[in-house]
Amino acid sequence: MELALIFISAAIVNNFVLSYFLGICPFVGVSKKISSAVSMGMAVMFVMTITAIVSWLLFHLILVPFKVEILQYVSFILVIASLVQLVEMFIRKISKPLYDTLGIYLPLITTNCAILGLALFAVLKEYSFVESVVFGVGAGAGFTLALVIMAGIREELELANVPKVFQGAGITMIVAGCLALAFMGFAGIT
Amino acid sequence: MARKKNKLTYEFLKGIWDENPVLISLLGLCPALAVTNSATNGLAMSLATGFVLLCSSILISLIRKIIPSQVRIAGFIVIIATFVTIADRYLAAFFPAISKDLGPFVPLIVVNCLILGRQEAFSSKNNIGRSMLDSLGMTTGFLFVLVILGAIRELLGSGTVFGLEIMGDWFNPWMVMILPPGAFFTLGILIGIVNLINNKRA
Repeated sequence: MELALIFISAAIVNNFVLSYFLGICPFVGVSKKISSAVSMGMAVMFVMTITAIVSWLLFHLILVPFKVEILQYVSFILVIASLVQLVEMFIRKISKPLYDTLGIYLPLITTNCAILGLALFAVLKEYSFVESVVFGVGAGAGFTLALVIMAGIREELELANVPKVFQGAGITMIVAGCLALAFMGFAGIT
Repeated sequence: MARKKNKLTYEFLKGIWDENPVLISLLGLCPALAVTNSATNGLAMSLATGFVLLCSSILISLIRKIIPSQVRIAGFIVIIATFVTIADRYLAAFFPAISKDLGPFVPLIVVNCLILGRQEAFSSKNNIGRSMLDSLGMTTGFLFVLVILGAIRELLGSGTVFGLEIMGDWFNPWMVMILPPGAFFTLGILIGIVNLINNKRA
């Protein structure tokens, strides 16, 4: 039950994009077509799960025993970046179709604030190992959800008559505001 | 000589309007949206970001010829993360209230695309003087946007600016402005206004 709550909270109630504003850059950049939004979302979910596992191990097995928690920002970002690079090479060797769908997005999201944010939040909330992993998957699912909804709306927006000055970034922000408003309706769940 | 001087001032000025990091290049959106629920937080955030940007620009433009280009991104990130750790500890020691308000958004300066973007696009190719001007300009532009965003949201959402009461008792605060949707709406409208002005000027 506890785990289900963490999942729902990360995916919907405290959605990373719409209530913490993490990962806004890809949210604005890659949300023009539903198909690419789905691939991007999957890649983010994948990296988030790995990040949750690795950052938990790194923090609790290395940084805490050696009392060097002050290095957490430097070490998290380095480990995440190099790990994603490794995973990318591994996927390229193992499966061509998987690489074609996820591969091009992997390097892009290494320095995405949502990924580091996930690692930091998991430490801040003092999650156990299993909770961290569930939190990672949930946050990834929430990101995918927000991205896909946004892409769907933007495909429709192409046909709408938007005032010239709001075209592009302006209207995207306002639509995101409406979405955030809708997601606030879930706030009662927890 | 005169032309060169002009160019140098432009390195500073471009950050404020022509290449404003938030409103034109759409960089560093996540802190711009997340911490601007009050003008004070916006100010603190942009000063912290400016500190990190300036220090890492100086260091990177000094050692730009030593860093091998294959590992430059990783190198930049380590340098940035080091300065962020310094800024974070400093805030926690001297301004605990602000540090608590900003929460994990201070460490998230590490992955602020504004900083990495400027290192990649500017400091790694230019000398130290230009890099400093460039990062000071970017910081000023970022600071303007964050403080304006913060002030608008604080004014409409709680009736105050920098904690000072502006609206009288008659004013019924729009709660939504200090919540996430308000951030998106305000930034969207600001971007629209900037486009409008740029269209008029062109």
